[in-house]
Amino acid sequence: MVKSTTKDAQDLFRSLRSAYVATPTNLKLIDMYVCFAVFTALIQVAYMALVGSFPFNSFLSGVLSCIGTAVLAVCLRIQVNKENKEFKDLAPERAFADFVLCNIVLHLIIINFLG
Amino acid sequence: MMAGSGLRFLVLILVVAICGAASVFQPISDSHRSAAVDVFVPVDGSYKSLEEAYEALKTLELLGIDKKSDLSSATCENVVKVLGSSSSTLKDAFYALSVNGILKCKTGEAVLKDIVSQLQAGVKGAKSLLDFYYSVRGLVLVKEQFSGTDLSLGDAEAIFRSIKTLSQTDGRWRYSSNNAESSTFAAGLAFETLAGVISLAPSEIDQSLIQTLKTGIQKLFDSIQKYDDGTFYFDEKSVDATQGPISTTASVIRGLTSFAASESSELNLPGDKIVGLAKFLLGVGIPGDAKDFFNQIDALACLEDNRFSVPLILSLPSTVISLTKKEPLKVKVSTVLGSKAPALSVKLAQALSSRSKDSSVINSQELKFDADSATYFLDSFPKNFDVGKYTFVFEIMLDDSANEKVYITEAQTKVPIAATGVISIENAEIAVLDSDIGSVESQKKLDLTKDGAVSLLANHLQKLRLSFQLTTPLGHVFKPHQAFFKLKHESQVEHIFLVKTSAKKSELVLDFLGLVEKLYYLSGKYEIQLTIGDSSMENSLLSNIGHIELDLPERPEKAPRPPVQSTEPYSRYGPKAEISHIFRIPEKLPAKQLSLVFLGLIVLPFIGFLIGLMRLGVNIKSFPSSAGSAIPALLFHGGIAAVLLLYVLFWWKLDLFTTLKGVSLLGVFLLFVGHRTLSQLAAASNKLKSA
Repeated sequence: MVKSTTKDAQDLFRSLRSAYVATPTNLKLIDMYVCFAVFTALIQVAYMALVGSFPFNSFLSGVLSCIGTAVLAVCLRIQVNKENKEFKDLAPERAFADFVLCNIVLHLIIINFLG
Repeated sequence: MMAGSGLRFLVLILVVAICGAASVFQPISDSHRSAAVDVFVPVDGSYKSLEEAYEALKTLELLGIDKKSDLSSATCENVVKVLGSSSSTLKDAFYALSVNGILKCKTGEAVLKDIVSQLQAGVKGAKSLLDFYYSVRGLVLVKEQFSGTDLSLGDAEAIFRSIKTLSQTDGRWRYSSNNAESSTFAAGLAFETLAGVISLAPSEIDQSLIQTLKTGIQKLFDSIQKYDDGTFYFDEKSVDATQGPISTTASVIRGLTSFAASESSELNLPGDKIVGLAKFLLGVGIPGDAKDFFNQIDALACLEDNRFSVPLILSLPSTVISLTKKEPLKVKVSTVLGSKAPALSVKLAQALSSRSKDSSVINSQELKFDADSATYFLDSFPKNFDVGKYTFVFEIMLDDSANEKVYITEAQTKVPIAATGVISIENAEIAVLDSDIGSVESQKKLDLTKDGAVSLLANHLQKLRLSFQLTTPLGHVFKPHQAFFKLKHESQVEHIFLVKTSAKKSELVLDFLGLVEKLYYLSGKYEIQLTIGDSSMENSLLSNIGHIELDLPERPEKAPRPPVQSTEPYSRYGPKAEISHIFRIPEKLPAKQLSLVFLGLIVLPFIGFLIGLMRLGVNIKSFPSSAGSAIPALLFHGGIAAVLLLYVLFWWKLDLFTTLKGVSLLGVFLLFVGHRTLSQLAAASNKLKSA
């Protein structure tokens, strides 16, 4: 029984991996950007866990900057993905422009809150 | 002719209304002279500059102090050096000639010719007021000191006109045609310079020019400033001027004096303002600064001897009249530098008492003159002249003899006078009364002129009454400034009470029932002391009357304790306890190395991202190549980079509002550029799709 579970898991991983390879490059790029942002946030949380949250506003600012930009990147991925029927009529350039604008506003607030 | 000159030299009483506070101004006296020696004689025998040397020597000369012999050799050397050098500035040459006028150093003929040619060249090439001032006044000094030298000023009227261009409509002058700032100090310099031009001119200067100058002087007097005590002064308009009121006033007075001396027609200046200027300069007292001292004495010397009007000052050596000593009240009238006044008479017009301001005690009393001491005195006072404070109003009337100069005085000089006398103390008694009935338990008569040994007993249900009568020499009731009654306990605790004076007598009633808490419930022996004092009272007293045994109830628990009396009476002026402030404990920060390690760790995901990008084979092949599309694309990326840079600056230095301004500007720019780029990209991809 255990063997079949591990085999199922391995099969699952293999199928996911093969499917993922097929995704277009620009989507993979966005996925990597999201991973980068999330990892940066995790490192900041680990630092805070270690030394305490004294300038709490700075910690929040840093973490929320990473999380925020990750969320915006996910939105961008949704809008740019050609397989997504909902956003068929939306030009990917327009989505990218929205992404840039939202990031600019986010980072202004982040820098103000950073202190 | 006689009538004309009589009219000219006839001295009129210039009726001038000066209302304001009463005050006394003293002319220059020996205290000024001794202070001048301290201020102006340098310790090491030499002056720092010729300007300082001139100011010091002129002041000492005007005050009549002869200290020249010690300093003359070093200063004369300096003077000869400056006059002989061809590279000395106009300012140095001017001050060298000024010092030479006082010390009379020996200079040669050749030096004289060089200096004259240098000054004449200075006049020709003068660009600012100061250049004109130094060169023209230098030539005037050469003319005064070396007779027979040929000094031609060339076209005097042209020089007059070119100096006149610097004048302004409000009476002030500018220093040069480039500098728009006007200055009252510069006005004084301009008057002196123009006076020099008039005196050096070979022929008469056009009268219309001189008339415009006189109009300008009248305008300048309109801008004069005043204080409440009737003093007038000139000051600069701007706050950060280099010249203060003393130097500005002195400069204007010097200018007016030399202008009035240089030309033959009359210069009419408002008399009250001249007296006010004299009072201002005298009111300075003894200045501590050498420049202020020089300006004060120089200006007063100009006022002492000028052609418009010479002010006379009324002063009193003592403003206190003692009714017991019966000494006369002395009044002196002199010029500002303390010289003798011409023949005149002084009248005491009114003596207004501080108590009844409308009626005058003395009316129109003429003062007698003592020729030996040159003072006027009043030796008889009316019978109703009581002790107290008065304001004496003096009037000066100049005799109608032919005086060479025009003298001027204040119409009325108000002087505060204090009359003192012996106040008699009568019916002084102290009594202990029963509170309810008011009947006298024990009563003692007091002689307040000497210490007594009165002994009284009282308990908290009784009252203490002190009463006395103060009368002036004329029999009026006297209300003293200070009437204090002090009770001092054996433990050194003191209490002071005020004795009130009513229309008939002075009385103090202490009700011990109400005072029990104030006295801290301390029973025992209290020393009694009475103080009576006043500025009009010649026999103010402090008398120890005796002592009183007070029997007060026990102190309850909550009553305040008497303050601890320190043995040292001055210990309250010693250092106080140190205050320790409690500050917020700063938060514990992590170790620097740990923070740096995590800084490195943060960079890792970014490096991972870049490696991932490379592995993916990401490229910028679809970056537009043609110039028309490359530029907006570059600008777009540049704009985003600029926004990020602005954020970094925001974090480092700027504030939110500046950043918002910058972001909005860049945002608008980015909007246009981004729209351009992205629409081009979209068009390109559409073309690709359709193709």
